[in-house]
Amino acid sequence: MTSFLSPLGMIVLAFAWAMPAQADFRVEISGVGVTQIPIAIANFRGEDTAPQKITQIVAADLERSGQFRSTPAGMVIDEVTRPNFEPIRQKPADALLTGSISRMADGRFDVRFRLWDSVKGEDMGGQSYVVVPADLRLVSHRIADQVYEKLTGDKGIFSTRIAYITKQGQKHLLWVADADGENPQAALTSQEPIISPSWSPTGNELAYVSFESRKPVVYIHDIASGKRRVLANFKGSNSAPAWSPDGKSLAITLSRDGGSQLFLINSKGGDPKRLTQSSGIDTEPVFSSDGSAIYFVSDRGGSPQIYRTPATGGPVERVTFTGSYNISPSLSSDGRWLAFISRVGAAYKLHVMDLINDKVVALTDTNADERPTFAPNGKLIMYSTQSQGRESLMTTTLDGKIRARLAGQTSNMREPHWGPFLNP
Amino acid sequence: MKKLLLSLGMVMLLAACASGVKLNDVPVEDKSGAKVSVTPDPVMPAPITAATASKDAKSAVVPVDSSASSNLGAGPAGPAGNVAKVIFFDYDSYVVKSEFQTAIEAHAQFLKANPRAKVSLEGHTDERGGREYNIALGQKRADAVRQSLSLLGVQETQVESVSFGKEKPSAQGSDESAFAKNRRAEFFYR
Repeated sequence: MTSFLSPLGMIVLAFAWAMPAQADFRVEISGVGVTQIPIAIANFRGEDTAPQKITQIVAADLERSGQFRSTPAGMVIDEVTRPNFEPIRQKPADALLTGSISRMADGRFDVRFRLWDSVKGEDMGGQSYVVVPADLRLVSHRIADQVYEKLTGDKGIFSTRIAYITKQGQKHLLWVADADGENPQAALTSQEPIISPSWSPTGNELAYVSFESRKPVVYIHDIASGKRRVLANFKGSNSAPAWSPDGKSLAITLSRDGGSQLFLINSKGGDPKRLTQSSGIDTEPVFSSDGSAIYFVSDRGGSPQIYRTPATGGPVERVTFTGSYNISPSLSSDGRWLAFISRVGAAYKLHVMDLINDKVVALTDTNADERPTFAPNGKLIMYSTQSQGRESLMTTTLDGKIRARLAGQTSNMREPHWGPFLNP
Repeated sequence: MKKLLLSLGMVMLLAACASGVKLNDVPVEDKSGAKVSVTPDPVMPAPITAATASKDAKSAVVPVDSSASSNLGAGPAGPAGNVAKVIFFDYDSYVVKSEFQTAIEAHAQFLKANPRAKVSLEGHTDERGGREYNIALGQKRADAVRQSLSLLGVQETQVESVSFGKEKPSAQGSDESAFAKNRRAEFFYR
């Protein structure tokens, strides 16, 4: 696979809003030595008949990952055609994506693709999808996932979903959208704030904090049916829900015993079991992906820092030592990386810590970053930030070199949470 | 036997849909001059069903509006007269300042004289920092007022301290004058 790698070399800064047709997404590349796979993407035969620009969605997905540089092949090539690879190699592109889209009699679409190794001239496989028009975006993301997995060896995250909150005037909305921010669907509308959405491990339910009853109460919401239930409405504040990886319980923050302390509660409800004992604040729990540990924020040492404790309770160990305000931990699925927000002067910046050597790196040049959340393959971090007085969602690679602003709505987007891999 | 194979094929196609069917054996038409083996296309058109637009989409989300269940009207009055219902706090502080002691004593008197009255103490912060951490900080302010009431003999059952963190600022803006107005705990009688 080394033939696919070609160094970018130079600094390329923000080919922002370069093409009007793709103005809804923006990728910033900074730093040297970014290694990207050059891929050519053909126009799929029949693409014009589909309501979604499938190859543009695939190209945008791959670029946002930071691991690909896409160029149009500049011609129509379907999946049953063996292309002439010479002009593709000249681009240069080491891979070529081809395909077709046809509308069926019942209104559905048959979308097919084939990926080629254009250096070796080898067929790397293809797939056919038959879907209703509303799922054409989903299929585009699935194709991008396939390309990503075949060429990098890692699972793609483009067909996953995200949840986030917007505030539009006095209205607060909880949204579920594609991982690129497109196709947003409102799951909940409220006159009062909503914060801290958290996906269940199956991707069917969201836990969140809603203030609709004039206090923070934790709900669990089945997004396909719209059914929701109160998980925690104890005396005082109920907040910061985080699912255990097996989906059987959630860690939450309750103030019912005084202070803000961590508890474990069955996802069906019931009596919460206290997890931490401190005289100060313990909050923002997250499980490690093996379920054995909980990372959380505590001011037990005088300033907010990130700590870790066994999920069954027990000794508490401090994790962050640099800086005087470290909050909002998120863990990569392999357990190696800890993303968090650290206050630097008057700014709040996204940082990532390598838990193998404890090295901490700042990833952004913005000043009001909030709530990082890892992609399920651990290769991207999404977070909210402010620029020009507006809140928006961004993704970044773990080295901070490639950042993308998510497509969006005009209103303030905040509180992102990246959902799990979904079974196709 | 033929029928069985056919229906098996249909089942596989039905299962496919958005999850996709591998195109391993699809014939490839040669445009480069090299010879390519051609095999029959095994990907038959999927069976026709009454699939229409978005209601069958795998990714559909049902919207919910919680506005109807909200219960946020103004509560009954607390103590009569000009008793302050908002206690302000200094930056990074969770200590009730002495200037608010008179107001807190008036609320305590009212609650003791009206044992069925209930009050929510709602803690708030300024906009700086994380949302969840600010919930915890606002809780500290509400708890501080609750403890003051408790010291004055108010029953715990009459008081609930909750936090809105930075979610409900009373003043807009990102300067110190707005921050100072937002670092507060409010009395809300229920």
